[in-house]
Amino acid sequence: MSDDVFIVGAGIHPFGRTPGLSGLQQGVFAVRQALDRAGLAWPDIQFAFGGSDAAGNADTMVAELGLTGIPFINVANGCATGGSAMFGAYSTIKSGEFDLGLAVGFDKHPRGSFSPLPADWGLPDWYGETGLMLTTQFFAMKIQRYMSMYGITPHTLGAVAEKAFANGVLADHAWRREAVDIDTIMNSQMVSDPLTKFMFCSPGEGAVALLLASGKKARELGLPAVRLRAAAVRTRPPGSFEVFSPALDLERGGSPTSIASRAAYDMAGVGPEDIDIAQLQDTEVGAEIMHMAENGFCADGDQTEWIAKGRTRIDGDLPVNTDGGCLACGEPIGASGLRQVYENYMQLTGQAGARQAPGKLRLGYSHVYGAPGVSAVAIVER
Amino acid sequence: MPDILEVPIADDLIRSDTEGVALLASRERATGRLCFPARTENDTRYERMVLPRTGRLWSWTVQRFRPKSPPYAGPDAFEPYAVGYIELEGALIVEGRLVDVAFDALEIGMAMRVVPLPFRLADGSLRTSFGFTADEGQGA
Repeated sequence: MSDDVFIVGAGIHPFGRTPGLSGLQQGVFAVRQALDRAGLAWPDIQFAFGGSDAAGNADTMVAELGLTGIPFINVANGCATGGSAMFGAYSTIKSGEFDLGLAVGFDKHPRGSFSPLPADWGLPDWYGETGLMLTTQFFAMKIQRYMSMYGITPHTLGAVAEKAFANGVLADHAWRREAVDIDTIMNSQMVSDPLTKFMFCSPGEGAVALLLASGKKARELGLPAVRLRAAAVRTRPPGSFEVFSPALDLERGGSPTSIASRAAYDMAGVGPEDIDIAQLQDTEVGAEIMHMAENGFCADGDQTEWIAKGRTRIDGDLPVNTDGGCLACGEPIGASGLRQVYENYMQLTGQAGARQAPGKLRLGYSHVYGAPGVSAVAIVER
Repeated sequence: MPDILEVPIADDLIRSDTEGVALLASRERATGRLCFPARTENDTRYERMVLPRTGRLWSWTVQRFRPKSPPYAGPDAFEPYAVGYIELEGALIVEGRLVDVAFDALEIGMAMRVVPLPFRLADGSLRTSFGFTADEGQGA
C-alpha cells in the first residue's frame, strides 16, 4: 500500500477545434507535454489509464509514444471517462502495484449538440423520435425548477457566463478567448429556456494528461506536485434528476454529485469550507450554480449573493472555474474532467500565469458530471 | 378527441378509453416503486398500472432548435415546441411535450392533463404519442 498519491506532471492540448489533428494525436501531444515538463521519458511510465468518448482507443497511443509493453487500460465511462481514468491510476498507485503512471483523456466531437441513441441508454425509441432526448432540455429544466424554488434570476445566469469568458481570456488552453458582456449573453439566441446560446458549452476537442506517482516516487523526482487527497466516482441515488429521464420519482432525493462530493470530503478529511479553489461541471451556467450547492459550498439560493459579490471570480473567496470551465473551453467528453484537475494542479503549483488565483492555495476541488447520472470528484492538496 | 387514434408510437405506452388517454406504467411488486415507461408485461417483478391523467407542471423548457436525426424522427420543417415534467398526482413526475399552451403562459405549478399527440414522422406516417396541455377545469 502507498498512502499518498501525487500528481507530479500535467500536459494539455489546447481545447477548441484542431482540424489537422485527430483526438488520439491530441492525446499524444498532451502526454509528451506532461513528460517534457516533468523531465521524464515515456519508458519511465509504468502503466496508463486513458479514454475518449468518440475519438478512439487510448491504448493505441503506444504506437506513437513507444512500445514499452506497459499495461494500458482503456476507460469508457461517458462524461466521467477522464475522472475514471484518474480514479484507476490513483487506485493502482494506492494499491502499491506501480509507482509512476499516466491518466490521459482526449476527444474530438463534431459540431452541434450530441446525438445519443435511445437504445444505448436503455430507453425506448419513441423518447428520441419525439424530440425529448436532448441534454440541453435536461439542463434547462433542472435550472428552471431550481430558479423557481430558490429565486435565482436570469441575471445571475448571465453573470456566470460573463465570468467564464473573462477567465477564458486569461487561459492559454481555452477555446473561447474573448470576453462577452452580460447584455450580449442574456440577449443572445434562446436555445432552451431559460438558457441562451452563450450560457451553454459546446462539444469540442482537446486532451489532457496527468502523471501520477507514489509518495516515495514523488519525493525522488522532486517535481512540483500536488497530493491527491481524494478521488471518488459515484452514480445516481434514488430520487435524483438526471439526463435522459422519461420520469422522476415523486420523492426527491440526492444526486450523484452530492454523494460523490460527500465521499471525497470523507476521504480527504476536509470540508467545503477548507477548499481554496474549485472547478465545477458547467455544461451550462445553471449547472455551475446548482453544483455550487450540491458540492457543499453554499446553501441552495445563496448563489445569487455569492455571484453578485464576485465570490467565485478569480480574485474572490472561492474562485470557481478559473480557466473558464466548459463554457470557455468546450466539452471534449474524455478530456473535460481531467482539464479540471489540470487546472487545479497548475493553480496550486503557481503555474497558472495570467489566471493565477492570488494567495496561498492549499486545497483544490474538481467535479465532473454527466449522463446518465455519474459524478467524479477529486481533491488535491499542495 | 378523435374517435379512433392513429397507431400508437410504441406498444405499452398509451391506453385510450372513453375519457381520453392515459399513460401506462409499472409498479415494482417488491418495493412499490413506479416506473415509466412501463416494463414489458411478462416481467413478473412488475405489475402494470395506469397513471393519473392530471397533475401540475414541475418544470419546463422550449426546444428552439431542431434536434439531430437520429434519434429525432419529426419532419424536417421545424417549429419550436415546449417540453415539461408533470407531477402526476401521487404517482410520478413524467416528461412530455406541452401542447396548445403559449410559451409565455407556462408556469411551474399550473394544472395539466395528458392528451394524445398526433406525431408526424419524417416518412410522412402519423403516430399517436402523448403530451400534456393546460387543464383549464382545474385553474392554476
